[in-house]
Amino acid sequence: MLAPGELEAKLAPNPKALTAKRWAMVVDMRKLDEQTAEKCIEACHRIHNVPDFEDPIDPKDKVDPAEKVRWEVKWIWKEKYEHAFPGQAEVAIPEKIHKLNFLLLCNHCDNPPCVRVCPTKATWKRDDGVVMMDQHRCIGCRYCMAACPYGARSFNWRNPRPFIKSEDESYPTREIGVVEKCTLCAERLAKGQLPACVEASKGALTVGDLNDAKSKVRELLRNNFTIRRKTQLGSNPQVYYIV
Amino acid sequence: MKEPVKSEFGTVGEKPKVEKKIYNRNLILAGIIAFVVLITFPIWNLQGKSVPPPDPKLDTPVIQKMPEKDRKCIEDKNYMRNYHMQMLDNWRNQVVRNGNRQYTSLSGKKYTASLQNTCLECHSNKSQFCDQCHLKCWPRASWRPN
Amino acid sequence: MFEKALVGTKRYFGVLGFLLLLSGIGFFIYLRQLDFGLGITGMSRDVSWGFYIAQFTYLVGVAASAVMVVLPLYLHNYKAFGRIAILGEFLAVSAVSMCLLFIIVDLGKPSRLFNVLLHPTPNSVLFWDMIVLNGYLFLNIVCGWTVLQAERNEVPPPNWLKPFIYIAIPWAPSIHTVTAFLYAGLPGRGYWLTAIMAPRFLSSAFAAGPALLVLLCLLVRKYTKFDPGREQIQTLAKIVTYAILINVFFFFCEVFTVFYSQIPDHMLHFQYLFAGLEGKGKLVPLMWVSIVGMTITAILLIIPSVRKNETTLAVACAAVVVTTWIDKGMGLITGGFVPNPFEGVTEYFPTMPEALITLGVWAIGFLILTMLYKIAVSIKEEIRA
Repeated sequence: MLAPGELEAKLAPNPKALTAKRWAMVVDMRKLDEQTAEKCIEACHRIHNVPDFEDPIDPKDKVDPAEKVRWEVKWIWKEKYEHAFPGQAEVAIPEKIHKLNFLLLCNHCDNPPCVRVCPTKATWKRDDGVVMMDQHRCIGCRYCMAACPYGARSFNWRNPRPFIKSEDESYPTREIGVVEKCTLCAERLAKGQLPACVEASKGALTVGDLNDAKSKVRELLRNNFTIRRKTQLGSNPQVYYIV
Repeated sequence: MKEPVKSEFGTVGEKPKVEKKIYNRNLILAGIIAFVVLITFPIWNLQGKSVPPPDPKLDTPVIQKMPEKDRKCIEDKNYMRNYHMQMLDNWRNQVVRNGNRQYTSLSGKKYTASLQNTCLECHSNKSQFCDQCHLKCWPRASWRPN
Repeated sequence: MFEKALVGTKRYFGVLGFLLLLSGIGFFIYLRQLDFGLGITGMSRDVSWGFYIAQFTYLVGVAASAVMVVLPLYLHNYKAFGRIAILGEFLAVSAVSMCLLFIIVDLGKPSRLFNVLLHPTPNSVLFWDMIVLNGYLFLNIVCGWTVLQAERNEVPPPNWLKPFIYIAIPWAPSIHTVTAFLYAGLPGRGYWLTAIMAPRFLSSAFAAGPALLVLLCLLVRKYTKFDPGREQIQTLAKIVTYAILINVFFFFCEVFTVFYSQIPDHMLHFQYLFAGLEGKGKLVPLMWVSIVGMTITAILLIIPSVRKNETTLAVACAAVVVTTWIDKGMGLITGGFVPNPFEGVTEYFPTMPEALITLGVWAIGFLILTMLYKIAVSIKEEIRA
């Protein structure tokens, strides 16, 4: 009979998995209209069981908007230019840029401050650049939230389960007291699928291998001027925006 | 004759005599006995009582549909019974931390290492299967499949 | 020696009973927090640390300040402090205990606390904080208890204690330095991103801790037969004076760099705290009370007659404790989180349950302090009798 210790050897990555040496994402704001952005957010939050405090299973639990701001969990969301890129607001910027809603998510930094501070390795950077989160390891100290300069991390201030109307049973829900964030759909990449937001974006979002000169991401970076959020902080974010 | 150097530290002089006696002896002994009785309460309280053995059911639609000869778990029944918790713990770590999501069983069959998407596929009857033991032995345990 | 804590006057047990009641209330509400989650507090996605971590930070300072008594005694052979060293060490023990409790009540998953030991991560400052705090607790218990025991038996402390006493001296500033590094190394938080954070922490600690100790000494003299001594209190007063002056100086150094450079990432936090941002400024009055009060107190303490009169000294010390507490216990953490990474303003103020849990932890700390002081004072009385 098998002994418990022999199990590690019996687990391996799925051969169909999408792999990269260094994952990166390009958001083409020229192609990202309001509805598409909403679709991306909806797709992500639905399959990852992200709670909506304004839309609980039992209407009695509904949370008013002021409280919702405090407890909100978001993996991908919209923000105006001056909030997405604070301190970079130019004086005479085209009107359309001011009106744009930028799609923000975890930047999967190459030098992530959140990983540097985590006292339990509950968040760490994988070899392929994805900044992962182990919700069973997290002690809920929220040091990573203080460290992240992008506001990409959410904490479960209360039980999220009463606020998930249509639970996707193929993905776990979270408990009280742990931190969560975008994982670049690690569970989908492992099955050979693109991240949910990319799939829903009608070509506005692209992920690919930054280390592969022939990749789609590199082609976009070669042919377009891109900006990234708060590069001066040295975290080396890996989400690029074409404006 | 030199005077001995006085120091902040170091043992000088005799140790004080300590009287060997237990104060409030009866009270202390009574307290110890009461403490032992209390913490052993769960043991002697159940003496002589019998609890029906857990009876996990395997009659879910998915299992019923399987042909008789394929109707087995991913590993040997005894192994699953004894070590499913180690296996699940290991799966969880391997999947999340190392990205190893495919499990090859002893028989060579490949499975997705996932409690939700593999185990509960067949064992869809949590209350008649998992809870039979989990709730019986650990009634307060907060385990749930997701 | 511990038996000394189990006997006493009605007033002593009255104090213990009151503190137990407060900690009981805090514990009961903590059970609710465990059940509901940290959403019971005023913290939010934007201000993700609050009152608990602020109290922790303040109390690390109080704990570290024991070195202000121990260092003159053991390195400068300032014998007068031999009389009150134990009061400083026991204050440190109770303060560190509170620190550890505040960390625990702040955790989202306290049941997984030991993951910090199970998966040690030296690149995290929190890991080092855990080590230095527990080490400091151990050192102060060992040093305080052993010296007191030797004093009781009227023998010099044993030789093996020497290294522990000498290690405890640099260990004290290290706990507050590491605590400052928790904040001072985060790239996106302009309010904390300053090399002067650790020095500021130390100066405010060496003011607040000895000020609290002066007050405790006056209380001990009033309510027991043990007199910590006028000279001792006066020396502590000088330490408080220097430290609070340096603290005010450091604050204005910070203000100069931030406002002369005009870098928004750093300025906005000060603007939120002292003027308000986007019409929001819950902390503005408190922050002004803190900095104006602190400056006035520092100036008053320079005047010898204010220091020498123990009544005015007591008032000044209370002012030091309160103003440094507002600065660290209210302003420091919230100020770092407002504005948030999107330059938006989400305000924070502790909720009632949060305040009661905090009070409960303070009550546990003072319970430990009262019992330890009872032991120390009883033994001092016994020797003198």
